[in-house]
Amino acid sequence: MTISALDRRIIAATTGGLPLTPAPFAEVAGWLGVTEDTVIDRMTAMQGAGVIRRVAIAPNHYALGLTANGMSVWDIDDALAIDLGAQIGALEFVSHCYLRPRADGWPYNLFAMIHGHNRDEVETLRAQIATLLGPSCRASDILYSTRILKKTGLRLTEGGL
Amino acid sequence: MTSLRRTPLAPDALDAIDRAIINRMQDGLPLVSHPFAALANDLGLDEDTLITRIQAMREIGAITRFGPFYDAEAMGGAFCLCAMEVPAGRFDAVMTLVNAHPEVAHNYERTHRLNMWFVLACEKAAQIKQTADQIERETGLPVLLFPKEHEFFIGFKVTA
Repeated sequence: MTISALDRRIIAATTGGLPLTPAPFAEVAGWLGVTEDTVIDRMTAMQGAGVIRRVAIAPNHYALGLTANGMSVWDIDDALAIDLGAQIGALEFVSHCYLRPRADGWPYNLFAMIHGHNRDEVETLRAQIATLLGPSCRASDILYSTRILKKTGLRLTEGGL
Repeated sequence: MTSLRRTPLAPDALDAIDRAIINRMQDGLPLVSHPFAALANDLGLDEDTLITRIQAMREIGAITRFGPFYDAEAMGGAFCLCAMEVPAGRFDAVMTLVNAHPEVAHNYERTHRLNMWFVLACEKAAQIKQTADQIERETGLPVLLFPKEHEFFIGFKVTA
């Protein structure tokens, strides 16, 4: 969709979140000098177009005990990749699931981020994926993050993102 | 914005109602004038109590944010996962060079021969390759590009 100048102002005002008040869209409208209905209409349009995935709370995985995560990677038959990837993505412990190109020395085409309470649990969940993939999987590995080196939010500049 | 809590809360920090709120509110709120009111009814609470509990959970770090989740790609941005094999002795110097690029949105050290994984976020697709090439020139190390070819629907929810 084409993001209008008003959409961009709504995005900039809400990337940090919405106010926790009974009528949060009215408050955003007040910041921007537009009506509550305008904010709701524009956000509904953006949700319809997929620009907004949902308006929700984000739980803190770590606070809720999900302190271990690993990027599991799999070399699976290309002909089955879409079907198998859909099954892996639907697993409740997988938070991201993508097909990506292979590279020199990197035979893996399916990436699935696994979350668990500890590394042992992540390994158990990884074994579940291996069972599900069966002989369609030729090789796999898992990469644990040892340090966050940089993390920034969504950037907005004049022209676009 | 406060920094993200990375340790688990005490098991009794949240009660059954808090847990029900977290489990329900990950799915999304209706875009209506009073979004909490309808939801509060489903949870057997009043609007004020629901808002107060969400506020309290944000203060103790059980919830990181409330608001819209934007899909930056749908807004026209370009993204690419990249990986590098960085010699241990040069790791911090290479990290400094990589992180200096504003296009590097996040960067993780990982347990693998490919030990540095970062995401490039650019306004236009062509800038992904340009930025990766520039990082290769600056560091003298290859940058492998792993663009998303297909994204699967995710049913992931944290059960509180």
